[in-house]
Amino acid sequence: MASLLRSEIGLMMSRRRNQMGLLVLAGVPVLLAVATKLSGGGGEHGGGADFISQVTQNGLFVPLASLTLELTLFLPMALAMVSGDAIAGEAHQGTLRYLLTVPVSRVRLLAVKYLALVFGAFVAVTVVLAAGLIAGTLLFGARPMITLSGTTIGVGAGLWRLAIAGLYVVAGLCALAAIGLFVSTLTEQPIAVTVAVMVVTSAMWIADQIPQLSFLHGWLLVDRWPAFADLIRQPPVWDSIVQGLLVDGAYAVVFLLLAWARFAGKDITS
Amino acid sequence: MAAADPPAQAGDGFAVRTEGLGKRYGAQDAVHDLDLVVPAGAVYGFLGPNGSGKTTTIRMLLGLISPTTGRHELLGHPMPDGLLAALPRVGSLVEGPAFHPHLSGRANLTRLDAADQHADPATRHTRIGEALERVGLTAAAGKRFRAYSLGMKQRLAIAAALLAPRDLLVLDEPTNGLDPQGTREIRHLVGALAQEGVTVLISSHLLSEVEQVCTHVGVMRAGTLVAQDSIEGLRARQRAELVLTTPDPDRARVVLQRAGVRELAASADGLTGTPGEQPAERIVEALVADGVRVRGIELRTPKLEELYVQLTGEGFDVRG
Repeated sequence: MASLLRSEIGLMMSRRRNQMGLLVLAGVPVLLAVATKLSGGGGEHGGGADFISQVTQNGLFVPLASLTLELTLFLPMALAMVSGDAIAGEAHQGTLRYLLTVPVSRVRLLAVKYLALVFGAFVAVTVVLAAGLIAGTLLFGARPMITLSGTTIGVGAGLWRLAIAGLYVVAGLCALAAIGLFVSTLTEQPIAVTVAVMVVTSAMWIADQIPQLSFLHGWLLVDRWPAFADLIRQPPVWDSIVQGLLVDGAYAVVFLLLAWARFAGKDITS
Repeated sequence: MAAADPPAQAGDGFAVRTEGLGKRYGAQDAVHDLDLVVPAGAVYGFLGPNGSGKTTTIRMLLGLISPTTGRHELLGHPMPDGLLAALPRVGSLVEGPAFHPHLSGRANLTRLDAADQHADPATRHTRIGEALERVGLTAAAGKRFRAYSLGMKQRLAIAAALLAPRDLLVLDEPTNGLDPQGTREIRHLVGALAQEGVTVLISSHLLSEVEQVCTHVGVMRAGTLVAQDSIEGLRARQRAELVLTTPDPDRARVVLQRAGVRELAASADGLTGTPGEQPAERIVEALVADGVRVRGIELRTPKLEELYVQLTGEGFDVRG
């Protein structure tokens, strides 16, 4: 299991496309920091929880602002891409039949593929945070953070909260990866998986914006994704985060079961 | 999973045995009521035109698709329950090579070996080296798969089937895309593996490609197994034909009848018939003794190929 997982992660990281994807993810915080620096101050951004207006005061806000910026499109897209490769990509290439006749049991293969996606989500978020921290610290310096509640926390505590915020975003992406893995068992076209996962994500963001659908909001995977902002309060507010984790977990369980139900008896004709 | 390896070649001396195996897609029977028997140690030529159900059968044998009817055993393990126990002893090449194009040949084999829970990581490097050597791919092992020629791809797939010691090799059209020399090498390799006691199931749409190495043959046509026998058994089914050229057909007919030649028929310049026990030289002797002018006599044994064509038909029609 460990040996196949290592191979799987190596395969994922060796793809030029995925390396480019990580560069794009790292590019956003750099772009944000440089643009803010050059314009000589934060354009007024409504002062909400998007952290962009705080960037000039403190470089530690660059990774947080970048998470917010990339949460809607780039991070989900990264997961949508790698989940396309997971099963559909192997089927498309024909390598799936050779893995299964090694033999690798289908359950084990799904487990390894999902764990690799989880690892991918972790790497993607880490890259965003690291690039943001480096760019932010270099251009604006790292200072004690002024929280959304108006109080101040030290740099060390700020970094901790940043790490927890990152893990929270990873959890959301892991739930999305479960959807991706399920869709990946449905088709032999990796690009179809990527498109489908992006459509699902975008549709949920849109539904989340429509007040008339408020009864639905609590059930949407993305609804509480931005709740990591609550960590930058003093003390942190956990309610939305806990609810968000529960929703993430429910989505992950349901779609992993669906993936297993679909894949366990599927005829592999590719 | 499958901690204890089964004894090699378990299953009453059969490497593969199917009973009424069938696969139906919607209204179409891709494979129908197949009773395939591959004795342990055999080199089984699995023949049939493209689209006759060979690959579908092989996919069912390897558990990639589930049969709609019947059952089968692989190395004595009933399928599909025994799949994970049987497959480690089975090397396979199914419907052409498939690897990750951006990885080298060696990296691709490393990945497959890493997926194998039974494979010892300590010997991985050696085993991969040996498999590459065996198919003559050592020099190209570091090249990306995407740069391989079709023949090299095919060889890499065979190397993958040889990564671990096997009791059964299932090779689906292994000579596809190979030049005549490559085809000869594959035949040679199959022969050598058979010598080592490996059972080989080798599919082809060309009888001539496998005839020399096979001990057994099964012929598919339109999803059914129309013939299955040892190669001697198949040869014995074919009757020789005596072709006599003579200006004295009437006298010759009498002599030939006396010599036990049956089914005599007149031809443009003589007679044809099916010889009995008498060898050709005795028949000639008898003819000459009776004053029949023999201008030519030939004992013609039809090639196996002709039987194959007879069994599979020659048409270009693809089944809808």
